[in-house]
Amino acid sequence: MVKERLSSLRLGFWSISAGILFLALAGIAYIRYTQGLGAVTHLSDTFPWGLWIGFDLLCGVGLAAGGFAVTATVHILHLKDFKPIVRPTVLTAFLGYLLVITALLLDLGRPWNIWHPIIMWNPHSVMFEVGWCVMLYTTVLSLEFAPMVIERFRERFKLDWMLKILKTVTPVLVILGVILSTLHQSSLGSLFLILPEKMHPLWYTPMLPVLFFVSALAAGIAMTVVESWFSKRAFGKPIETHLLSRLSRASVVVLALYFVLRLRDLASRDALSTIFPLNRVSAMFLIEVGLGVLVPMVLLAFERFRQSPRRLAAVQGLVVLGFIFHRLNVSVTSVEAATGRSYIPSIPEFFVSAGLVAVGMTIFVLACRYLPVFPEGPVAETEKKVQPAIAEVPASLRAPKTAGAFDPS
Amino acid sequence: MAHRAILVDVTKCIGCGACTEACQKSNEQSPHEARGFDEQTFTFLMDRGNDVYVRRLCMHCEQPSCASACPVSALHKSPEGPVVYDASKCLGCRYCLLACPFGVPTYEWHSAMPRVRKCQMCSHRGEAGPACAEACPTGATITGERETLLAEARSRVANDPKTYFQRVYGVTEAGGTDVFFIGPKDSDALGLPNVKSQVALPDLTWQALKHVPDVVLYGGVFLGGMFWLTKRKEDVARAENAEKGEHHG
Repeated sequence: MVKERLSSLRLGFWSISAGILFLALAGIAYIRYTQGLGAVTHLSDTFPWGLWIGFDLLCGVGLAAGGFAVTATVHILHLKDFKPIVRPTVLTAFLGYLLVITALLLDLGRPWNIWHPIIMWNPHSVMFEVGWCVMLYTTVLSLEFAPMVIERFRERFKLDWMLKILKTVTPVLVILGVILSTLHQSSLGSLFLILPEKMHPLWYTPMLPVLFFVSALAAGIAMTVVESWFSKRAFGKPIETHLLSRLSRASVVVLALYFVLRLRDLASRDALSTIFPLNRVSAMFLIEVGLGVLVPMVLLAFERFRQSPRRLAAVQGLVVLGFIFHRLNVSVTSVEAATGRSYIPSIPEFFVSAGLVAVGMTIFVLACRYLPVFPEGPVAETEKKVQPAIAEVPASLRAPKTAGAFDPS
Repeated sequence: MAHRAILVDVTKCIGCGACTEACQKSNEQSPHEARGFDEQTFTFLMDRGNDVYVRRLCMHCEQPSCASACPVSALHKSPEGPVVYDASKCLGCRYCLLACPFGVPTYEWHSAMPRVRKCQMCSHRGEAGPACAEACPTGATITGERETLLAEARSRVANDPKTYFQRVYGVTEAGGTDVFFIGPKDSDALGLPNVKSQVALPDLTWQALKHVPDVVLYGGVFLGGMFWLTKRKEDVARAENAEKGEHHG
């Protein structure tokens, strides 16, 4: 009984926190759209990009990179073992991009013109390329996500023909997805190539596009592992430890590649010495590369750290943290260090970033509950599962197991 | 005017502020003291001591970073010289503010329909040219055809080495601009931005962007190839299994 009450209390705590965040989000949006960005942010002419670009856009897109990496593993390299994690990863990526677009609608000064790049071209602008790629890739992700919705309603509306078409075009979608992702993941780094005068040498390098792509790959895999662990915690579903362990071996290789690229680049530009004198800037660099790259790379190389899902999630959490540090260091720390201006996000800026993460997690949980995201069909949260309340999930919501059920491979 | 430029001769400036006043009038702003770039201030004077006054204004780069950064070409370099802005195209991404090495563009942070603001060399005045040059009583700011003006700047500097520091600011900065400064000291002492890059900054992003078609082409072939090769392996394995089954059966 006590345990039951505790768990309902915990649910209450999370629901209330989420509720407060959503309300704050609505209030901030209202002020932002009526009084301008200056009313809610600490942005300025010398710091025109802040937390919403550094975290919501740069990190949001990068952390969604698992989507293209895992779909490519299964559908292009035909490593079918990884099939069980394709759908949750695609869902994570799709939600990630939708949240990025939501953040942009808040951050852009004239969001009603967001569609302008479709007809007003400037192929010399990195932002133009990023805009097109994000637009196209979100479309690709929506088509990769669509079968989860269609399957849910296939019997009621006789939608098998739709599933057949989507299954046929899947390889094309996945290839498009990988190309588009390669382009815009790296281009988010290229955005900063035009700032040689305004960035610290620890972060400004012509290699930025390559570093952004490789680190996004590492972050995408890391998020896939963290998200699997989160699903296990939330739904008490069995976790594919052997798959996560194999993915994490790939992480070691990607992190090693990134580490070598990063150090080689710093050495070739004689920039390594700029970590002295040791100060806040060099501390940010050391946390990013040491704690976020080197430590997880070494730990994941040991079998011991790849056998327990909890350890895997903790170490991959470090990779996610290091990734977030890199993006914020590029967009904020390095600009601060080079221009001598400082930027500390306002409380509303923090609220919006946290609020969007909460929105994403809420939609993820709802999608897992009502759609066939996991191989075993829609799932209920752990709290319900320990009680007989599992029966509350109507049989019609479970995965279709009838003959001729759609095989998403 | 083929290609308009502006020359600021710091040695002639008396710091009267006629240029800032004319600028505000020309851009229909309420008269105010100009201390630095903001949404209402496109030019201002810096008092560098010893009666040295230095103007700041948009440099109107030959290859503007702001225009190259803009995803929708809301900013563009007009053939007549000025770098101009069209608010109706703008998304408000503010990449231009970040991209400008001279720190010129500003933003209407407290507006629900914000615009990017900066000097547009009075392009709305057409042939009349920039109001600041017209207003300047001492000829410290003059305007004219770019090559003529640059030749004038170079000859002034060369002919009077005692008065002028031997360099024209704006010739190499960020690949060259349409606003030139000459004065008694180097640009650091005058308080002008120290822009080290001598290549146009848009070239730096182009080094990455030019690979986009290759990524699409080679990426497509590589991924399509991997798909086909690994699928083939599966097919062969399946066929072999089927064959085995037949022999046994």
